[in-house]
Amino acid sequence: MDAWVSAILSGVLLGLAYGLAAIGLNLIWGVMKVINLSHGAFIALGMFAAYFVFHSFGISPFVSVILILALGVVVGMLAYFVALHRVISAPELSTLLSTYSLSLIIIGLGTFVFTTNPRAIDVGLGSIKLFGAYIPASKVLTGLYSLIFTAALYVFLFKTWTGKAIRAVSMNMTAAQFMGVNTTFILSLSFGIGIALAMVAGALIASVFPFTILSGGIYELKSFVICVLGGLGSPLGALAGGLLLGLLENVLTLKMPVGYVPFIEFLILVVILLVKPSGLLGKE
Amino acid sequence: MKKGYTLFWLVPLLVVIAAYPVVTHSVMAREIVFIMLMYVSLAASLNIILGFTGYVSFGHVVFYGIGGYTAFFLMHKVGLHVLPAVLAGGIMAALVALLIGEAVLRLRGAIFAIATIGVNEAVKSLVTNLGFLGGATGMFFNFKIYRAYGGAAKAIWFAYYLMVAVTIVTVVVSYLIKNSKYGLGLFSIREDEDAALVLGVNTKRFKSLAYAFSAFFPGLVGAIFFFKAGNIEPEDAFHLVKSIEMIFMVMLGGYGTVSGPVIGALIYERLKGMLLVNPLFKNLHMAIAGFILLMIVLFAPGGIVGYLRDKFRKLRGVLE
Repeated sequence: MDAWVSAILSGVLLGLAYGLAAIGLNLIWGVMKVINLSHGAFIALGMFAAYFVFHSFGISPFVSVILILALGVVVGMLAYFVALHRVISAPELSTLLSTYSLSLIIIGLGTFVFTTNPRAIDVGLGSIKLFGAYIPASKVLTGLYSLIFTAALYVFLFKTWTGKAIRAVSMNMTAAQFMGVNTTFILSLSFGIGIALAMVAGALIASVFPFTILSGGIYELKSFVICVLGGLGSPLGALAGGLLLGLLENVLTLKMPVGYVPFIEFLILVVILLVKPSGLLGKE
Repeated sequence: MKKGYTLFWLVPLLVVIAAYPVVTHSVMAREIVFIMLMYVSLAASLNIILGFTGYVSFGHVVFYGIGGYTAFFLMHKVGLHVLPAVLAGGIMAALVALLIGEAVLRLRGAIFAIATIGVNEAVKSLVTNLGFLGGATGMFFNFKIYRAYGGAAKAIWFAYYLMVAVTIVTVVVSYLIKNSKYGLGLFSIREDEDAALVLGVNTKRFKSLAYAFSAFFPGLVGAIFFFKAGNIEPEDAFHLVKSIEMIFMVMLGGYGTVSGPVIGALIYERLKGMLLVNPLFKNLHMAIAGFILLMIVLFAPGGIVGYLRDKFRKLRGVLE
């Protein structure tokens, strides 16, 4: 019984963090129809940012996320102008490859500087007793933070002028341009926010699991599965998708060998894409 | 259709490269040329679906892995000779492509790319869990297996000649496809699939067939590679990085052309070799490859061959 409670709680909490990472990917896809293949590299970058702030200044990842969020927006906007602006209206092959080459550069430099040794952040917050199961406090905080960031994004997208402009561009770029929206700025900002969310999710996950510079790849693939579960292009669907995947991962491992879990995840990915390319919870 | 002269220099070039280790009896040269030819064949076959048809198959390494595993299993557990085993590997890869293609080729653009990554990861984790394929540790040859070919040394030369043959066939088939009515159909799908459909191209069958062609050769290549290597494991056989390398070579040389992937593969192999032996760049080769790829995508989307064809119109007859 306790095993089930703890599996479900872990699933929900981690699912929220996975969802946060996937929201970044989904936002970018929704606004600019670009599959960001550098997503995983930026998640890894977020992990290392949190790691170095923690080990150099002793600041907990749960404080430095704000810093990482800001850093992410700036880095993401820069990345947009370097790698994407020129090919934004070219066929998918170009944007897939340009974001992938970005990832190669980041991972390549990262491997050179940080090597591929595993690292971990031990925030040392102990455990919390929830419904009769002991859950590490860092997991609880990770879930909580993911909820807060998602809520903040929601408010930003629906209540502010800039947020509304982002949604307008995602619906119809030409029309938005006619209404006086600076689309170049909005596109770069959306990419910046998407990257920032990936980095924040990376920082949060790093406080729970050990990681290397290559870890981002796993979470990138998870993000794809989540986006497809929750509906491509719908940021809030991604949170639901994240929850689903988190639960699936933690509950399935109680009943079957761990090795089969990725197979099931990717089978789900392919099957959903085939049956309903807009995603399980996506619009028609 | 006007016939060009591309094959008249491309095939002799490959033959000369392939003959070099044979003439010099150099084992080191043989190892380098083996990898070079493998890259040429992989890039040229990916180009059929990526360059001719415009479908970004990001997880293309899955066919290399499937071919490798099929052949390895047949040789290791059934005791088949390498020739039928390699052929079986290629056929298996092509059949899987037909089967998967039936489903995933309905997807377009980036969604197709993600689905192919998903297929590769799903197959990799499935193979990792299948006991009769050796699970995560894979399978190893008993060295007695090489006796049928006159010892391990002779068997490796045999694998080398097989690779030479497969590479040349891949390039010739790719040329024949490009210069046929069928190839024209593929190019029309690349430019505008809906228009092609309206104009009477059976896009579904054309795409499936192109996917099967571009899977068949990686299947053969994988089979030969793992025969020579003597062991196979899921991490090697379904390594996504190899997919990326294939795409890199196609883009570097010029996608949609016959000579492009060949040139791209030859340059990439040399470039990688040079970077890997240089102590300063050894750990940076991924970052450098990324930088080059970014430059190509941003400034020369046609690759080397596309650039030359643009600048020198006279070269168009010999550079296809």
